[in-house]
Amino acid sequence: MAALDNVEVKEGVDQETVDAVREVSTYKYGWETEIEMEYAPKGVNPDIVRLISEKNNEPEWMTEWRLSAFERWEKMTEPKWAMVNYPEIDFQDQYYYARPKSMVEKPKSLDEVDPKLLATYEKLGIPLKEQMILAGVEGAEDMPAEGRKVAVDAVFDSVSVGTTFQEELKKAGVIFCSISEAIREHPELVKKYLGSVVPVSDNYYATLNSAVFSDGSFVYIPPNTRCPMELSTYFRINAENTGQFERTLIIADKGSYVSYLEGCTAPQRDTAQLHAAVVEIIVEEDAEVKYSTVQNWFPGDENGKGGIYNFVTKRADCRGDRSKVMWTQVETGSAVTWKYPSCILRGNESQGEFYSIAIANNHQQADTGTKMVHLGKNTKSRIVSKGISAGVAQNTYRGLVSMHPKAKNSRNYTQCDSLLIGDKCGAHTVPYIEVKNNSSRVEHEATTSKVDDEQLFYCRQRGMDEEEAVALVVNGFCKDVLQALPMEFAMEAQQLVAISLEGSVG
Amino acid sequence: MALPQAKIDATDARLAGMDLPQGGWPAECRADALARVQAMGLPGRRDEYWKYTNPETLISAEVPQAALFDPQEPAMFDGVDRLKIVFVDGVFDADRSDDLSGEHLTIDRLADVANLDLHWAKDAYGTLEAKGQSPVQRPLAALNTAFATDGVLIHVTGAVSKPVNLIYEHSAVNSDAILHHVVKLEAGASLTILENGPAAARFNKVLEAFVADGAALNHIRTQGRDHERRAVTHMFAELGAESTFKTFTLTANGVLTRNECIVWLNGDEGVAHVAGACVGDGDFHHDDTVFITHDAVNCESRQVFKKVLRNGATGVFQGKILVKPDAQKTDGYQISQSLLLDDDSQFLAKPELEIYADDVACSHGSTSGAIDEEALYYLRSRGVPQGEATDLLTLAFLGEAVDEIEDRDLGEMIVERLQGWLTRHRR
Repeated sequence: MAALDNVEVKEGVDQETVDAVREVSTYKYGWETEIEMEYAPKGVNPDIVRLISEKNNEPEWMTEWRLSAFERWEKMTEPKWAMVNYPEIDFQDQYYYARPKSMVEKPKSLDEVDPKLLATYEKLGIPLKEQMILAGVEGAEDMPAEGRKVAVDAVFDSVSVGTTFQEELKKAGVIFCSISEAIREHPELVKKYLGSVVPVSDNYYATLNSAVFSDGSFVYIPPNTRCPMELSTYFRINAENTGQFERTLIIADKGSYVSYLEGCTAPQRDTAQLHAAVVEIIVEEDAEVKYSTVQNWFPGDENGKGGIYNFVTKRADCRGDRSKVMWTQVETGSAVTWKYPSCILRGNESQGEFYSIAIANNHQQADTGTKMVHLGKNTKSRIVSKGISAGVAQNTYRGLVSMHPKAKNSRNYTQCDSLLIGDKCGAHTVPYIEVKNNSSRVEHEATTSKVDDEQLFYCRQRGMDEEEAVALVVNGFCKDVLQALPMEFAMEAQQLVAISLEGSVG
Repeated sequence: MALPQAKIDATDARLAGMDLPQGGWPAECRADALARVQAMGLPGRRDEYWKYTNPETLISAEVPQAALFDPQEPAMFDGVDRLKIVFVDGVFDADRSDDLSGEHLTIDRLADVANLDLHWAKDAYGTLEAKGQSPVQRPLAALNTAFATDGVLIHVTGAVSKPVNLIYEHSAVNSDAILHHVVKLEAGASLTILENGPAAARFNKVLEAFVADGAALNHIRTQGRDHERRAVTHMFAELGAESTFKTFTLTANGVLTRNECIVWLNGDEGVAHVAGACVGDGDFHHDDTVFITHDAVNCESRQVFKKVLRNGATGVFQGKILVKPDAQKTDGYQISQSLLLDDDSQFLAKPELEIYADDVACSHGSTSGAIDEEALYYLRSRGVPQGEATDLLTLAFLGEAVDEIEDRDLGEMIVERLQGWLTRHRR
């Protein structure tokens, strides 16, 4: 492993251990499903935009919306301010729409879905069955039956394969379906909310997404409803040279609650692939949304070949008083990440929270953080960001905390810590703090350090090998964030933290 | 990348009325600097580095006027045993300045050196400014190198006991002063530089400091109490092994101030402390922009900035610590805090870390808020009137920055001035 070749073997670690680590394949979702696919022609132009709209059986207004987005996108230039470097993307040299042939006629129920697709999700640990199971946790089958239900919307390249528990959710009044279905079935909701949090021309990638988004999830929680189960969307990129542009819209009406999980993986390939998603969340009065992501796109190999370019716009609008949103993200994958889940705290006493672990190993580059825009009175926000860099990776926290003049008595606390493993990587912090009234308090703290030798020594003394010891120390470093995750994600994330760092110690 | 037309136009407009001083060895340095200005263009509101400060009045062809202001108190460092060098609206005043000589010290005026064969200065003038143009551009500093009309070139070969005091007076409402100083401390030398006064209606100043191994440069400055002056200053310092550079700036009002401080720790075990206290009431915009590069082992850097703002005043802090790959054992610390005394004032900060070495301890903190009501209540319950109690707490807040001044007497002078300012600006 290249990262290891560059690092001197430290005293106390024998070559065998290093070699053993070298053998381990670190990305376990790198396999590919062989399935017949249907593609739109390569490239992007108004015809492709129309074609995507047609494939999704969209009404005319949606097609127009997309076309006007495309028109704007053509006039925009790619942003260059992030601390990431990657070769110029040829937007005309990739597919914008790919769906399994078996999905041309959308299956009426999960029983009719192509077994190959079901097997894919099974293998990923996301069985598309309506059963009580802790998704993604090994050995969960043996656990007592009180495991929570999780409804899954599975997105495979450009289309949603199926959504579980739809009937049961319907009984509670919850709408959980793919966005293409929502555009057809609930146009009034989509028209009202789509693009209301992330405007069409918000930024280069969001505008591109507005033009060519193919699928994604739609969630509507009616007033005073606690969503009876956790909702989750699992994104899988499978086809080669294909960009995934998903669009998620979550609306939590007055007094409702929902916890939403998102997972993503992709096969191991030599060429980089683009993923540009937009997530919009609307939180009305007294409502609460928890949005958790475990992002594990293929990060590229140890020489920096391939991987996903993850350019994502996520934003929550806390419109109502006392509304609350909580973003939790574990970012271990992707070759390049450019992602700033944000909160617009418009309602009085609304709250925004952001917990993040970003791990960059080998040649990964992550530029991620959040924006907390305080507009309402007595609003609160909290940011806890833990960045870990290893190999020759670069990890940047970039964030904004803005207290508007009218956001009286608001409060922000920000903590961003960076941990460096090895002397070839970088950790950076770029916070913007804007305070425009004096009754608000803003506190920002950041530290950068390396894995404490004494802690490592302590662990090793008790028989752990160096890798295990680092994993333990790193998990301790991430504790604040891991605790904020729903249980099944926390366990997966903990394992991911260990896996992502494999091979980073020498 | 080609410059936007608006930027080219703004730059041309500013340069149109300016003549490049001719003659002697500086001519080449000036021409190079002018080329840099033209390549970069002067700063505009859309530049990321000027996100929080509008440079328009700093680059306008016409000088914004500044009414004269009599502070009715003795000038800042009166009473200190020092070597005085006086500039009025950027013009050297020989009568009121002391002899430009001293033990271990040679001082020359930039305006005089054209025909002197000043080897050390030839290799120094404009070099740190040029180096400081990357990774972030500082076109106003290059403009200074090109067009500076005067300044002092100080060469220090040993421990200098008397501080050198650069005094800047303001006497014309539309003066536009550009001064460029170069200070070179040889190995083991030490010097204290004091600077005070508003200087001009608009002031562009650059100070380049070369601090060799084991040398120590102390710098304390106050920027006058003139209510309408505008200033952009750059301080570039390059530090050798085991050297120290400590700088403190007090800013009390002034319509617009942008102080940039750029430090390179190039030798092992160097120490750089950059501190500032500012108090602003009303039409006041103060911007501290600091960029510290650690490029050697075992160095220490500290940034301590405190701002007290009221009546619509704006405080800006942009601080950066860059730790290069081999700068192991770096100890970097940065704190920026603001006390907003009312709802109209604002604090905008961008405290950055960019770190490429793993064995480092770097931290930064930034806070903003109102005066602590509980502490205020405590003082008032013990009979301290509201106004005094507020001043007391404000002074304690600023104290942490003033404490960065090593010389206790000078520190006390600063505290006294702060006290006076707070009393005058009490609500």
